Amino acid sequence: MVTRRQAVGAHYGLMDWLIQRLTAVVMGAYTLLVLGVVLWNGGIDRSLWKALFGNGAFKLASFLFMVALLYHAWIGVRDILMDYIKPVGVRLAMESIAVILLVGYMGWTIQILWGGTR
Amino acid sequence: MAVTDRPVVKRRPVYLDLPRIRLPLPGIVSILHRVSGALLFLAGIPVLLAGVAASLASPESFAELKAGFAHPLAKLVIVGFVWAYLHHFCAGIRYLLLDLHQGIELAPARRSSTVVLVVSIALTLIIGARLW
Repeated sequence: MVTRRQAVGAHYGLMDWLIQRLTAVVMGAYTLLVLGVVLWNGGIDRSLWKALFGNGAFKLASFLFMVALLYHAWIGVRDILMDYIKPVGVRLAMESIAVILLVGYMGWTIQILWGGTR
Repeated sequence: MAVTDRPVVKRRPVYLDLPRIRLPLPGIVSILHRVSGALLFLAGIPVLLAGVAASLASPESFAELKAGFAHPLAKLVIVGFVWAYLHHFCAGIRYLLLDLHQGIELAPARRSSTVVLVVSIALTLIIGARLW
C-alpha cells in the first residue's frame, strides 16, 4: 500500500483547535485587564505607562499575552493558507515566512519587555 | 445499471459566481473574522510592537508617538485597527459560545451574528469619536 503523505497541513487538528480557543481566552482576559487599568486611571500618561510596564507581574502577563497572540496567529494564518494556497511548495514557503516573522516578533517582545527604558 | 443509463446528474459546482452569491449574515461575520485576523497578523502585530517600543523607549519617543497620533491619517489607521480587533474579539466570543453549544439554532445564530456586527461597529464609532 502506498500512502501519500502531505508535506504541509494540520495533522494534529484537535489540539490546535483547542489551543486557538485557550489562547483567545488568555488574550481576552489581558485585553480587559489593560482596558480596566486605562479606564480606572482615566487615561494614560508616560509615568503611569512606565510604571505599568515596570511591574513584574504585568511584564509576565504581557509576555503570556504575546505568546498566546503569536500561537493563535500561527494557527489562523496556517488555516487561511491551507484554504487558499494549493501548491505545496508555495504554501510551505509562505508558512515558513509566517513562522520566521512570528518567532521574530517574540524576540522583539522580549527586547521591549526586558530591554529597559529611559 | 450501465454507466450510460445514469440519470442526468446535477452540474457541480452548482454556483460559484462570487459577486452573485448572497452570503447570509453569519457568513459575512465569518469572512470578516478571517479578514480582520489577516489584517491584525500582517499589520497589527508589527504596528503594536513598534508602538509599545516607542512608548517605552524614552520620554522623547513617547512624546513623538503622541504627536504622531494627532495626525488625521494616523487616527484613521488606528480606527481601522480598532475595528479589526473589536470585530475579531466579538466574533471570537460568539464562536466560543457556539463551540459550547450556546445559540446554535438558526434564529439565535443569526441574531448573534447581527449583535457581533452592530456591537463591534458601534464600539469602533464610539472610540473613533473619542479619538477625534
